[in-house]
Amino acid sequence: MVADTDIVVRAEGLVKKFKDFRAVDGLDLTIERGMIYGFLGPNGCGKTTAMRMLTGLLTPTEGSVEVLGLSVPKDAEALKYKIGYMTQAFSLYGDLTVLENLRFMATIYGLTGARRKQRINEVMDRYELSDLKNRFAGRMSGGQRQRLALATAVLHEPQLLFLDEPTSAVDPESRRHFWEQLFDLIEGGTSIVVTTHFMDEAERCHKIAILEAGQKRADGAPKDLMAEMGANVVEIEGPNLRDIRRHLLGADGIVAAAQLGARLRVLVETGIADPEAFLKARPETDGATLIERVRPNLEDVFVTATGEGRQ
Amino acid sequence: MRPLSRIAAIFFKELNQLRRDRMTFGMVIMIPLIQLVLFGYAINTNVRDIPVAVVDHSQTGLSRVLIQIVEATTVVEVTERLNSIEEAEQAIKSARVRAAFILPEDLSQRVARSPAAGLGTPASTDEETSRPVAQWIVDGSDTMIAGAIKSLRSMPLSELNRQPPNRSTPTFEVALFFNPEQRTAINIVPGLVGIILTMTMIMFTSSAIVRERERGNMEMLINTPVRPMELMIGKIIPYVFIGLLQTVIILGLGHLLFSVPFGDKTLDLFIGTLLFIGASLSLGLVMSTIAQSQLQATQMTVFVLLPSILLSGFMFPYEGMPLVAQYIAEVFPATHFMRMIRGFVLRDASLLDLHRDVIWMCGFFVLGMLVAALRFKKRLD
Repeated sequence: MVADTDIVVRAEGLVKKFKDFRAVDGLDLTIERGMIYGFLGPNGCGKTTAMRMLTGLLTPTEGSVEVLGLSVPKDAEALKYKIGYMTQAFSLYGDLTVLENLRFMATIYGLTGARRKQRINEVMDRYELSDLKNRFAGRMSGGQRQRLALATAVLHEPQLLFLDEPTSAVDPESRRHFWEQLFDLIEGGTSIVVTTHFMDEAERCHKIAILEAGQKRADGAPKDLMAEMGANVVEIEGPNLRDIRRHLLGADGIVAAAQLGARLRVLVETGIADPEAFLKARPETDGATLIERVRPNLEDVFVTATGEGRQ
Repeated sequence: MRPLSRIAAIFFKELNQLRRDRMTFGMVIMIPLIQLVLFGYAINTNVRDIPVAVVDHSQTGLSRVLIQIVEATTVVEVTERLNSIEEAEQAIKSARVRAAFILPEDLSQRVARSPAAGLGTPASTDEETSRPVAQWIVDGSDTMIAGAIKSLRSMPLSELNRQPPNRSTPTFEVALFFNPEQRTAINIVPGLVGIILTMTMIMFTSSAIVRERERGNMEMLINTPVRPMELMIGKIIPYVFIGLLQTVIILGLGHLLFSVPFGDKTLDLFIGTLLFIGASLSLGLVMSTIAQSQLQATQMTVFVLLPSILLSGFMFPYEGMPLVAQYIAEVFPATHFMRMIRGFVLRDASLLDLHRDVIWMCGFFVLGMLVAALRFKKRLD
């Protein structure tokens, strides 16, 4: 059990209903200080709704939320000084310059005078915005906007940062760079909650929760999740992979099968002791040139935890 | 100090955005400028030179002189000469003329017996004396046109006999205060301040909140510690200055172009205008918290704008409206402002003289701001 002071987010039985649709359906969360916690799931799985309930933007239909020791949504206004939030779509002012945006947001968060100037210079240095400070935010590239959004989100040095699909509009290079900056923030004592539908991003998180249809299907460190996945991964090479896939899907012992280039990736239930032999014995795989067991990745975890793999 | 500096931050943000929105910024100056010049010259309730047709069945020297005398009043201008009453009716129907002047065959006899001709009073037993000399057929759908022609009904005809018009003693003496020359612009220009302020103030603010929502800034904004009232106040302050600027343009230019007097109640005028700007802005803000898109905000603006203009007394006298319409008109800030600004500018009235309008306007402003701030939820659900 972790000490209470080291818990930044605690949610119990969280439900959010929009009319008859349960966007979030009984979510329990415990997020520890000093880590990047990821919500992984497909679009519409409720990760943004869950995050909005944690920041007080949405009122939960049922359940309780406590963030940084404050009860949400009751103390949402007090919480706003302590958290930073980066929206999914760019939400700063396109017709204001970088510097104007930063000044506006700094003042809104109560920074004034020399302190404001110092913080703005710090974040502009750190997120390489100094050369862009007179550029209109609306005329910047996706990566530049993302750096500006992160810079404004951390201006008031929040203890906890919420990032809603922060990298969906940027190139892979910017994405890598962005994640390095997140780890710098963690080193500085910030905790981060991030939503994503990218496997590689989820893999960088200290811990993740896999969400589907508003429910948590699995949570833990990506490594642990892979180890405890409940399926072994075997890859098949050879001709007629599409045929093999069609025959394997739905067969006993097979969780899922998906083609990756020239290989077919098959998830076999752990109950089957020797998955390679099990597959080789099946008539469909006669023409296969290679059948080998490989290390599982997060996508395999995702597949076993959600959708067809779960049934 | 946080609320003040936050309001200042929102104020400067709005100012920067406004400054860069060339179109809007241009409208701020051009709307009062163009509308003042246009309406100042165009709107005139003294109707002149109404196009009329003449049907002269008499065809005498007398009938021609009578037509000239009627034309000399400048109320009407003869544009067509027709042969029959049917043709005249058709001309009115097809809007070529607004009225027709029918001169009967027995014009001379009628004139001779008419008391208006000033040929002495005929015997009272003569029934013919009660007959008018000629007839007007008028397109009565426009009451103002009809009224102008009706004013010709008892015009003196003594000029027909080269006699000076009768010097009659009026029943009442009428002294015209404030606008003795009866120039329409004197009444229109101060009223235009009310109309243009209503239009621009409500239009700008009604999109103020909804614009943040439409451009996607709202989600970030409600995630900050900003308070609704700070946001509302910060957003309206730039428009207060714009409203004052527009007032200066209209009244200044009205003074230059149309010699509209200013009066010396500058402070009262300033405070009254400020109150009206505040009331209009708060109304716009309330609408902005209701509208889901900028298009809806514009539609709501038009919805409020038309009754504001038509019921405010800007064009039609407030007293002429039925009681229910008067009550409705009282709701709109424009009605109260119309009374106020005409009072300050034309009648040299003070805030004290118009205290009821002042109190109502203050109440409207405070209530509007409260409703807008309460309606603005820092939640998405």
